[in-house]
Amino acid sequence: MATEEAGNGFNIHPMDQFEITNLFGGGPIHWYSFTNATLWMGLAIVAVILLLVVGTRKRATVPSRSQSIAELMYGFVYTMIEDVAGKEGLKFFPYIFTLFIFVLISNFLGLLPMSFTTTSHIAVTACLAMAVFLTVTALGFYKNGAKFLGLFWVSSAPLALRPILAVIELISYFVRPVSHSIRLAGNVMAGHAVIKVFAGFAGALGIWAALPIVSITAVYGLEVLVAGIQAYVFTILTCVYLNDALHPSH
Amino acid sequence: MADTSHGAAAGAESAPGMPQLDFSTFPNQIFWLVVTLVVLYLILSRIALPRIASVLAERQGAIQRDLDKAEEMKRAAVDAENAYNKALADARQQANEIVAETKAEIQKDLDKAIAKADAEIAAKAAESETAIAAIRDSATKSVQTVANTTAADIVKSVMPGAGDAKTIKAAVAAIMKG
Repeated sequence: MATEEAGNGFNIHPMDQFEITNLFGGGPIHWYSFTNATLWMGLAIVAVILLLVVGTRKRATVPSRSQSIAELMYGFVYTMIEDVAGKEGLKFFPYIFTLFIFVLISNFLGLLPMSFTTTSHIAVTACLAMAVFLTVTALGFYKNGAKFLGLFWVSSAPLALRPILAVIELISYFVRPVSHSIRLAGNVMAGHAVIKVFAGFAGALGIWAALPIVSITAVYGLEVLVAGIQAYVFTILTCVYLNDALHPSH
Repeated sequence: MADTSHGAAAGAESAPGMPQLDFSTFPNQIFWLVVTLVVLYLILSRIALPRIASVLAERQGAIQRDLDKAEEMKRAAVDAENAYNKALADARQQANEIVAETKAEIQKDLDKAIAKADAEIAAKAAESETAIAAIRDSATKSVQTVANTTAADIVKSVMPGAGDAKTIKAAVAAIMKG
């Protein structure tokens, strides 16, 4: 979009790519409307089916490439949960794997040119983070009862400090979903916006466009990294929170 | 950060600032997110994850089976080697025994043959000795006879009638003995 308006100088709209639009007939966006977000979430489902269902349909002892990737992801998340949250955490493996694969695939799909990145929206990441937060908190109280509050009572600190630490711990606990969601959305959004800004420069600079194009390539490489790392970070934080709920003693 | 001047160009759906903060789109996104997550969860927990888990378990089992089989084969190989070594040692010992036996037999034959040859040689030597003794005796006798006759002739020619045959004979015998 920025390139079309290159003639007007630096007319860059890095945030346009995040707009939610009605794909069929315009008009206001209702909760049931089929938007670009809907499309790309659906494509994420398709990608997951292709990778994890179609890719593994042969059940080969010597895996094909796609089956290898599926097994790698499985092992990756499985060992992560086991290492961070212990054996009891493995009960939640399907839930955590669902979160991981959704964030990972959405991040990568968002890197396709002209695509829409669902994980760049705070509404989506906040929902994911709140789902984790509420589940983990409920689980903590269900498993440990009032002992779960021991999470906020640092028994290894001097007695005088404990109330202060409790306040800090309490605040940090409730900030968790905020940081959890904004970290993901912010990282993804920032990278995409930067690429778009550079693309706008490229449109306006004529022969010097080579510079921003090289930068876009570099930032794109970084973004591929970020897409994977943020999915990893989101998942491992989920595991950490789950571990707190399962073993609340400090 | 946001460019407000493009509002006119983008048309009716321009959102002020960040589209992420356009709350009118939240119900839509949240609804479809929940749908997506539920669908993903069902696909993963019903189909994908059990399948991958079974494949991994199967592979683990196959690897374990192969390792066990390899261990067994290794043991069999060691057994075979031991048996081979034992057979080799047995054969060697047997060969040594046969060699010793044969050697003893040959020695015995050899001893017998040597003894026989010794006996033959001894007999032949004794025979020769008697023959030599007989020859020597007859030679001595002939010499005595010749000496007697010669002495008698000499005495007869030198001093006729000086001695009879008996004394001459005694003198010859005494000289020959001396």
